[in-house]
Amino acid sequence: MSLIRRSGASVLLLILVLLASSACSRAGQSGSAEAGAGSGRAIQNKGSDTIVNLALAWAEAYREVQPDVSIAVTGGGSGTGIAALINGTVDIANASREMKESEIEEARANGFDPVEHLIAIDALAVIVNPENPVDRLSIDQLADIFTGRITNWKEVGGNDEDIVLVSRETNSGTHVYFLEEVVRKGDSDNTDIFAPQTLLMPSSVGITSEIQRNPRAIGYDGLGYVTEHEKMLEVAKDAGSPYVMPSVASGADGSYPIARGLYMYTAGEPTGAIADYIAWIKGPAGQQIVADLGFVPLTEE
Amino acid sequence: MDTAQAPPESLPNRRIGERIIEGIILVAGISTIIIVALIFLFLLKEGINAFLDIPLRELFGDRWYPIDGIYGLMPLLVGTTLVTIGAVIIAVPLGLVAAIYLGELAPQWLREILKPLIEILAGIPSIVLGFLGWVALAPLIQNAGADTGLTAFTGSLLLAYMSLPTIISISEDALYAVPKEYRDGSLALGATQWQTTWRVVLPAARSGLVIAVMLGIGRVIGETMGVLLVTGNAANMPPLGPGMLFNPVRTMTATIAAEMGEVAQGSLHYSVLFGIGLILFLITFVVNWLAARLVGVSGARTKVGGQV
Repeated sequence: MSLIRRSGASVLLLILVLLASSACSRAGQSGSAEAGAGSGRAIQNKGSDTIVNLALAWAEAYREVQPDVSIAVTGGGSGTGIAALINGTVDIANASREMKESEIEEARANGFDPVEHLIAIDALAVIVNPENPVDRLSIDQLADIFTGRITNWKEVGGNDEDIVLVSRETNSGTHVYFLEEVVRKGDSDNTDIFAPQTLLMPSSVGITSEIQRNPRAIGYDGLGYVTEHEKMLEVAKDAGSPYVMPSVASGADGSYPIARGLYMYTAGEPTGAIADYIAWIKGPAGQQIVADLGFVPLTEE
Repeated sequence: MDTAQAPPESLPNRRIGERIIEGIILVAGISTIIIVALIFLFLLKEGINAFLDIPLRELFGDRWYPIDGIYGLMPLLVGTTLVTIGAVIIAVPLGLVAAIYLGELAPQWLREILKPLIEILAGIPSIVLGFLGWVALAPLIQNAGADTGLTAFTGSLLLAYMSLPTIISISEDALYAVPKEYRDGSLALGATQWQTTWRVVLPAARSGLVIAVMLGIGRVIGETMGVLLVTGNAANMPPLGPGMLFNPVRTMTATIAAEMGEVAQGSLHYSVLFGIGLILFLITFVVNWLAARLVGVSGARTKVGGQV
């Protein structure tokens, strides 16, 4: 009796563990590491969680264009994708930030030059709980809030409550972009960092769910991930600039100050199926999907 | 039976067969030790650079921000310690009392329902409990007045719940192993049920109870996915005081889980994460060593008690 019960429980456990381990493949290595286009082999595409939905939509749509090319997409964060590219386990790394000098050096040490492909633009929305009376903040105020120099909402026109900071984990390109452009205000000599009490969330969903239930929280997320349950703030570049609401339009015309490029990186110039895929992404069909998912498509230059 | 009938010439064969089996058993016996030693060496090889390349003062600094090369482990140590102490304070009394109820007081039919249920609890994967903590527990803590529901205390509650089945199950086994004569003798001398449990059964079962508690602590220290979801992961040093537990913290295990995917192999950050693994390994080692010592002491006492 008890043996049956135990084996039943352990089978259940095994199934759940397998589910969990496949769901959180952040540390997982994905597939083989051959360079160049595979024949009949899946193109391995990994990285930014900001891009993951976009990459999945592309991969799915591309199957109808090129039925014999399959593309395996996983998330995990920009840093994770770039590390996988450096370690030779993926063909394309998705990144919501540019590669760091140190990462490029590591790639060169492993025998290749990473090549950058701009694939879309993302406007980063600053979000709060809908109950929060604050509607607009300047970059200076945001920097003071996220470094912990301002700790109470009343200092920026809100209620007399502590501010709860919510951010993505440090392996997220969104985190790094926000650090450089908002916390450090784009000044490369500035060495400010996030306040230590900042909650670091392992996913975009982690941020939105904390914002939804906590009226004291403030966070940031890609425009494509914001729902009607969070309130977006208008942001001004500096004291003299107008406050602008993030949107596809304000991201495209450059009036919204926190917008950034989304990238794919390959190990050297891509060839074969990988080159075709990236060219298709940059083309009209790929960019239509960008717009459909709430990101800002590349403009013809 | 076979040996009596076996012809004499097969005796050397049998010796050889026995040797082989003994050899296999020996290998199996020491394989665990070898594996543990290999794990330790591997952690040491990958993590030692962290201790050589970073000055100790920096390594035990109060700020953890690896993408800027700031590797202060103090907030992580504090986080793990806070969550663990909180969980132990909640789980140990609760677990021992539950085990005493199950082992000494509960009627047979109730025990037969409760024991398997508790064992099923032990099988729930931590990530599932983590989700539960994230969705159900965190809002409760927030409504109770904390700035956010993602705090060390949330992690403690969740980990206490996770370690309870281990503590209850093993404690109950330890109580069950106390000979019935002890209880009978005590009751026959006129002791009450409570006096028997407190003065006779618990001391006799002490070594088992210590093991139960230590295994529970082991599970708490090593637990990862649950705390990753509910403690907020802020590499924060909460100000000393009673409110400490109601601040977000970042544990060592959650740090490894959250950051291992991002690092390039061989980088300093990679070494530091393995260094954290090394520290966790040493902490577990110390906990086990303490357990062994405590069991040794109480085991000797039990023996003396038994002879008297």
